Amino acid sequence: MRVSVITFPGSNCDHDAMEAFETRGHHVSQIWHKDTDLQSPDLVILPGGFSYGDYLRCGSIAKFSPIMNEVIGYANRGGMVLGICNGFQILTESGLLPGTLMMNKSLQFICQHQYIRVESADSPYTFGLDKGMALDIPIAHKEGNYFTDADGLKALQDSDRIVFRYCDRDGNVTPDANPNGAVDNIAGICSENRRVLGMMPHPERAASSHVVSQDGLFIIKAIENYFNSR
Amino acid sequence: MLKAKIHVFLKPSVLDPQGQAVTNSLHSLGYDAIRETRISKYIEIKFDENDEEKVSKQVHTICDKLLANPNTEKYAFELEAVRD
Repeated sequence: MRVSVITFPGSNCDHDAMEAFETRGHHVSQIWHKDTDLQSPDLVILPGGFSYGDYLRCGSIAKFSPIMNEVIGYANRGGMVLGICNGFQILTESGLLPGTLMMNKSLQFICQHQYIRVESADSPYTFGLDKGMALDIPIAHKEGNYFTDADGLKALQDSDRIVFRYCDRDGNVTPDANPNGAVDNIAGICSENRRVLGMMPHPERAASSHVVSQDGLFIIKAIENYFNSR
Repeated sequence: MLKAKIHVFLKPSVLDPQGQAVTNSLHSLGYDAIRETRISKYIEIKFDENDEEKVSKQVHTICDKLLANPNTEKYAFELEAVRD
């Protein structure tokens, strides 16, 4: 696969994402936000970090970076875009995904291991995974409290676009397992065509034998299997 | 020269955990009669332009495109004539 990882000023998980895919043997390009060429990717990643220092609102300035015109065009043509953490915030601010990531209910920056449940296998990012399986994927954010109004939530539920929910170790989706106050325990959602995914947890931080969890590899391998099945 | 004084605030239906934390602090200071606190943003923008209608139109566009997030926020503003 050809993977293009976008670096904004303030991105800090770009190299983690690059390494996670390079290690799997993929051709990875790092794209500076002022570039206008996505370099013919099969997958674009908007990585985590603090683009533009989170000024105004997280992700709100990044949407005006020159490369974002290309990313939006690419997504609208059916391209695959994965937004992780700050990347998820950029996707909602850019209008590629609905809703908003608000400040955590606790007002705290939360950095911890977190279980998330696969709620839909109908996405390139969960292709072939068992619905209901719990993955241990770290979170690290202060603005990860997903919000959409009642109509927006119903639309997501009715169209099976909630891909991941926060859960406990056994896969139970409970208020106690919700780290940040996200509505309906939402940890990740996809676009109508299912090819744009935004998620707060960091699969690229759980993809190496050097770290505690390797569950991020389930997601990376799902993407590979989806790609190879086409 | 015109100055736009812009308030960007959360919609009433949206939970404001920062406001809740401030309410709790105020209660601990003894202000028991405080029911609710809401935190908002205040932004000032100066325009090299004196046409209020023109500036007002621009401020609406600026708020819609950048300053406010329509999912969770609303805005209000007033214009004031200023000397630089």
